[in-house]
Amino acid sequence: MAWEFLTVYWREMIRFVRFRTQLFSSLLQPAIWMAFFGIAMSSNLDRFASSIPVPAGVIQVDYLTFMAAGVIAMTTLFTSLYGGMSLLFDKNWGLMREMLASPMPRTHIMLGVSLSGMTKSFIQAGIIMVFGLLLGVRFFPGFSAPRIALSVIGVFVFLGAFSLGFLLLSSNISMRLESPEGMQGIMTLLSLPLFFVSNALYPIQAFPPFLQVLSTYNPLTHLVTGIRYFALGNDFFAVGAHYTITTAEVLTSFAYLTVFAAVMYLLARRAFERAVVA
Amino acid sequence: MEGADIIEVVGLEHTFGEVEAVRGISFTVKEGEIFSFLGPNGAGKSTTINILITLLPLQRGRVRVAGHDVAREPRRVREVIGIVFQDEVLDRDLTVWETMEFHGRLYGIPRDERRRRIDDLLVVVELDARRNERTKNLSGGMKRRLQIARGLLTRPEVLFLDEPTLGLDPQTRMRIWDYIRQVNQAGTTIFLTTHYMEEADMLSDRISIIDHGRIVVSGTPDELKNTLGEDVVYLETEDDERAREFLLGVEDVRSVTRSPRGLSVAISVDGGHALPRIIDRLRGVGIEIVSVNLKKPTMDDVFVHYTGRELRDGRG
Repeated sequence: MAWEFLTVYWREMIRFVRFRTQLFSSLLQPAIWMAFFGIAMSSNLDRFASSIPVPAGVIQVDYLTFMAAGVIAMTTLFTSLYGGMSLLFDKNWGLMREMLASPMPRTHIMLGVSLSGMTKSFIQAGIIMVFGLLLGVRFFPGFSAPRIALSVIGVFVFLGAFSLGFLLLSSNISMRLESPEGMQGIMTLLSLPLFFVSNALYPIQAFPPFLQVLSTYNPLTHLVTGIRYFALGNDFFAVGAHYTITTAEVLTSFAYLTVFAAVMYLLARRAFERAVVA
Repeated sequence: MEGADIIEVVGLEHTFGEVEAVRGISFTVKEGEIFSFLGPNGAGKSTTINILITLLPLQRGRVRVAGHDVAREPRRVREVIGIVFQDEVLDRDLTVWETMEFHGRLYGIPRDERRRRIDDLLVVVELDARRNERTKNLSGGMKRRLQIARGLLTRPEVLFLDEPTLGLDPQTRMRIWDYIRQVNQAGTTIFLTTHYMEEADMLSDRISIIDHGRIVVSGTPDELKNTLGEDVVYLETEDDERAREFLLGVEDVRSVTRSPRGLSVAISVDGGHALPRIIDRLRGVGIEIVSVNLKKPTMDDVFVHYTGRELRDGRG
């Protein structure tokens, strides 16, 4: 039997549904980004962008639609980075001893927690997509129904790989730390640069070379690339920049996220196997 | 199988940085008994128990639990033990039933069997009516009972109880003791740590007193108390001075001291046997006895005797 992680998953999901405030805030946060930042920025940027000529035959994407992909990615990043924090509380409140002293392999603790975090990200992403459509986000422009279905799957596959990587990183840090405040600090330090040095809210084409290079190492950039490829197509024009995403680029991005998740898995496994919680 | 060693600890040592928490402990626990580790906070009880339940790595020494080496086969050990932790370690937002279900699934007990055992155990600890209550709404005693039920869910060969009645009121403590005895009578070996003398005395078949990371003395509660050889008889007579002089010459009387309320007579053998003889002898010389009171040494006396001080306060 190697399904014990489902037990941890089950408990994490009970908690998710039961902590009403956590549930609602996690769902509201992306909606707020879309509703306020999105609308405010798009009314400005679309005005500037309209003066830039769009190449013939290329789909023009408005800012709200462009940024919706970034908001999905950002929400997933934040949720995943904080996703391992429940382990820190488990540890501090002594709840983890029950799991560590049980015959369940320790890797299952982090797998259960990570898979539940992934599920939460999926729920959030689904909600942002639906809410975005209501606000006027034009995902899947001119796609056929089967292509939309495939695209949604593609988005979720990217989200899954990305969130697993960051959930495992967050679990790993949680196991090594003792104070939630310290955790909070590290997460803020990690999340802000990851968020800003990425293509989530603006094109990286106009970055200074140094930041451009950095951004290509940023998993968030690869996630956003994947989401845009599936949600907007491989050839579109947004915020004054022409985007063409080749299949090879998408596969590279996905490979990058997979390798990132794998490395995070190995590092987290080490932390769990060595964990001493008394 | 009665009498086989189910826990064997040889030369256990454990340090945290510079601090030597456990300094060479050896003991055995026999199958079917209730064995207590009695000692003040910070004596090394929790460190020892954490090594036995595989939460702390073994640094030095040899520890076998139910035939499995804790260093080499931690998973086998984990499969056959149950644990009731010292602190209130319940997920506040799970219900009573979910707490049990989670635990049963962690140990991979098949569904039907698991559900049946949960139902049975919740009846035993009288929490059946509260199965859908979140644990944060339970009283301290109920929480402890739930933890005990949880510890028993896997039908462990050995149940470890770390300070099982810490912070509970006297009535609740007595009920918890009843449960522990029931569980033991059903065949589970019990290893418990406590810093309550009374608890060790009331429950245990055997006790090891531990202090500063060492076992100071081991034995049955009676053995420990009897080795002190300090039963004291309090006597009030019509003529205390004459009685005092006379008693000094009686065999097994170690000393006689006068106090305003009578005589205290220290006896070097079991007081229950010596008392009728003392009364006979006093009557024989015509001294009338007004009142008699026999005081056996308590575990407190034993502890003070072996460690030279009272149990320290505060948590360790």
